[in-house]
Formats: sequence, structure tokens, C-alpha cells
Amino acid sequence: MWQAFVRWFHKWSSPKWFYEMSRPWSFWLGWLALICIATALVWGLAFSPVERLQGNSYRIIFLHVPSAFLSQAIYMTIAVAGAIGLVWRIKLAFYAAKQCIPIGMSMAILALATGAIWGKPTWGAWWVWDARLTSMLILLLLYLGLWALHNAMERAESGDRAAAILALVGVVNIPIIKFSVNWWNTLHQPATLKVTEAAPMHMSMLIPLLLSIFGFYLAFLAWMLMRTRLEILDREKKARWAQQEIRNLEAQ
Amino acid sequence: MNVVLRQMLARELTLANRRRSDLANPLFFFLIVVSLFPIGVTPDLQKLSEMAAGVLWVAALLAALLSLDLLFRHDFEDGSLEQMLLSSVPAQLLVLCKTLSHWLVTGLPLTLMSPVLSVMLALPVSAIPLLMLTLAIGTLTLSLLGGIGAALTVGLRKGGLLLTILIMPLFVPVIIFGTSAVQSFANGMPWTAQLALLGAFGAGAFAVSPWLTVAALRVTVGD
Repeated sequence: MWQAFVRWFHKWSSPKWFYEMSRPWSFWLGWLALICIATALVWGLAFSPVERLQGNSYRIIFLHVPSAFLSQAIYMTIAVAGAIGLVWRIKLAFYAAKQCIPIGMSMAILALATGAIWGKPTWGAWWVWDARLTSMLILLLLYLGLWALHNAMERAESGDRAAAILALVGVVNIPIIKFSVNWWNTLHQPATLKVTEAAPMHMSMLIPLLLSIFGFYLAFLAWMLMRTRLEILDREKKARWAQQEIRNLEAQ
Repeated sequence: MNVVLRQMLARELTLANRRRSDLANPLFFFLIVVSLFPIGVTPDLQKLSEMAAGVLWVAALLAALLSLDLLFRHDFEDGSLEQMLLSSVPAQLLVLCKTLSHWLVTGLPLTLMSPVLSVMLALPVSAIPLLMLTLAIGTLTLSLLGGIGAALTVGLRKGGLLLTILIMPLFVPVIIFGTSAVQSFANGMPWTAQLALLGAFGAGAFAVSPWLTVAALRVTVGD
């Protein structure tokens, strides 16, 4: 049993095997994600009822909440993958962690942008220094730091390990940052921004929201696989199988 | 072991003493940033006294950050950093010595200089001891956490800017607890909880950062 697991684990952590096996996955996951997100958006934007307090402006929730969820989940993914890479020296984990960074960064930017657009009609301001907004901004800065560190290193392997260490420091710090920002905010201004907590959601809004979150997760997986596959080809370009594959791709 | 520590500290302080301009630069920077705020925002003492704690804290941190880039750089360039990592003495101890001496030559002078500047910003005189205490803990934490960042960027030519990007987000809790302790005290509100949290964060950084710094150095020095 254990032997079989170890064999399975080693097989999947080989870049070549992973490249071959993941070939169909990003394609099918991508289409499934597209269908889920399209259904959720059409449902949410056109068929869900109007919200009592916020009118139609709440509909941006179908983009805002999934992107905010993902931007946090992806940071955790990076830290876990980085730890796996540091401990077991698995190259593939580093490749995936690296290619998660731009995805997480774009999700954080999307969450901040949709939040600002939502905030304008609801709170009357594009930006307030609320605890959640601030911690999201800090998350974006953490992503920027990871990406900048990766790109600054001359050897990609050093970039992998340095960014993994930084991601681990960040992951320990994230709960502390969250706590401190909450403290800071509640000290200075009482919580007035509770529009979204007025009532539990109605099913006709909740189902498209959950569908949209599911679709975003699938899209992340598909996107990450796609980027990781390219990263594998780039890093393994000295291996014969990778050169063969690059020639095949060029011929297409 | 004690001999090694003492020698290491003595070496660091001697080196710092030989590069006096590196010592003075953060202090000038601190003075300039603090004096830019009244010029740029308002000369109204009432308003300045409300912002004083935050301005002093942010300016002191920026000044300390400015010098962090050099924490490992000279030793990296002349090869002694590699010898420290290879020596039989635990590298964590040597790194801790370096960060402590960095605090002694930047954080401590900045802390000692802060009363003068806080008078210029009309911070209530009774709040000055607390400001100095929080600044002392805060700059020490910055030296420790910044050591990780300095280790990650040591081999890079433009490491200084990158170091700021890496460290500042991690440093948000310290800024929040430090400034809010001083402001609460100045407003007559309870302030001990913030000070305790600031101390806790500093103690955590003290325990963890030497290991992470050495791990980062082993990556970057080998690069």
C-alpha cells in the first residue's frame, strides 16, 4: 500500500510524466470552467432577483467573491507547494508554485477592482481603509514581492527556493496581519459597513454564486496546468523529450 | 561560544565605526522625512500632534530600511559571509549577532533621536518615553525581519528596492501596534495591550528569523 503510494507520488512528481498526463486535463477543465462561469454569470446577471437594499449593483458579487476567495486560496497553494519543493526537493512543485503567482496576483487585482466598483454605489467611495480592503491590498503586495523576487534571481532554481522561503514567511504572517488590521480598523472607526450582512442570501442568488466560485476554481486549475506545462517545457528544455515536444509544437 | 559572540559583535561594531557615513545617513534621512511632513501637509501644531506618532514611526522605519540593504552586502562581496556559513559556529548565532549590531548602530540611534523630532511635531511630552520604547522594539523587529529580506536579496544588484517590497507588507502589524499604542496613550486610552502585542511580535521574530535568514543565505550565497 505504502510502496504503491510512494511510487505513485514519485511518478507524478516527474516533470515529463506530469507533462504527458496533464495534456487533456487543462483542455477539459478549461471548457468546464467556461461553462460554469458563463451559466453563473447569465443566471446571476439576468435572472437573479434585484437586491432589496442595493438594487442591481450587488450583481458584481458573482465576480467579486470568487476572485477574493481564489486570491487567498492561491497564496496557500503557493506556500504548500513551496514547502513541498523545499522539503522533498520536487522541481515540479516549484514550477507550479511559480506559475500560481501571476494567477493569484490577477485574482487579487480583480477582487480589489470589483470591490472598488461595488463600493462606489454602496458606500459612496471607491476606496475606504476598511480592514478587509487593507488586508487584500497587503496580499497583493505579497504577490508582487514574490514575483519580483523570482524575476530578480539569475538562476531560476535559486528564485524557486528564495520565493518559497518568502511565501512561507508570508503565510505565517497572514493571520497576524489580518488580526492586526482588524484591530486597527475597529480602534479608529466603528463598523458601519455591514450592508452585505443584512440578511442571509436567497437561494436564487446563492446558487449562481456557488456555481461561479466552482467555475473560478476550475478556471484556476486549468490556467495553472497550462502555465505549469509551459514552465516545464521552458525549464526542461535541455532534455531530449522536451526538445522533441517543442519541435512538435512549432510544427503545428 | 561567548567568546565568539563577543568577537563577532566587536567586529561588527568596529566595521560600523569605520564607515561613519553609513551610520549618519539613516539619521539625516529620518530628520529630513520628518521635517517634510509639516512642509507638505500642514504647519498647524494641533494637526501635527495628531499625526506625530505615525509620522515618526514611518520615518524611522524607512530610515532603518534604507540601511538594511547593507546588512550582508559588504560581507557577501568580500567573501566573509561564505566563511561564516561554513564555520563550525552555528550560522544562526553569527547572523543574530549581525542583526543585533545592525540595531545597535541604526535602530538605537534613531530611537534616541526621536524625542527631538517628536517635540518638533508637538507630540505630548508625556508620550515620549512610550514612543521611544515602541520604537526600540519596532526597529529591533525590523532588523530581525529585515535580515530575512536582506538575505534573500543579497546577491542582487538592485536589492534595496526589492528589499522594501518584500519586507514592508510583513511589517504592517508592527506599525499598527506601535503607532496605536502611542496614539492611545496620548488620547488617554488603554495602551498596554498594543505594547504587549508589539513585544510578542518582536519576540516571535527574534525566535524565528535567524533560522529563516540562514536558510535564505544558503540559497542566495550559493547562487
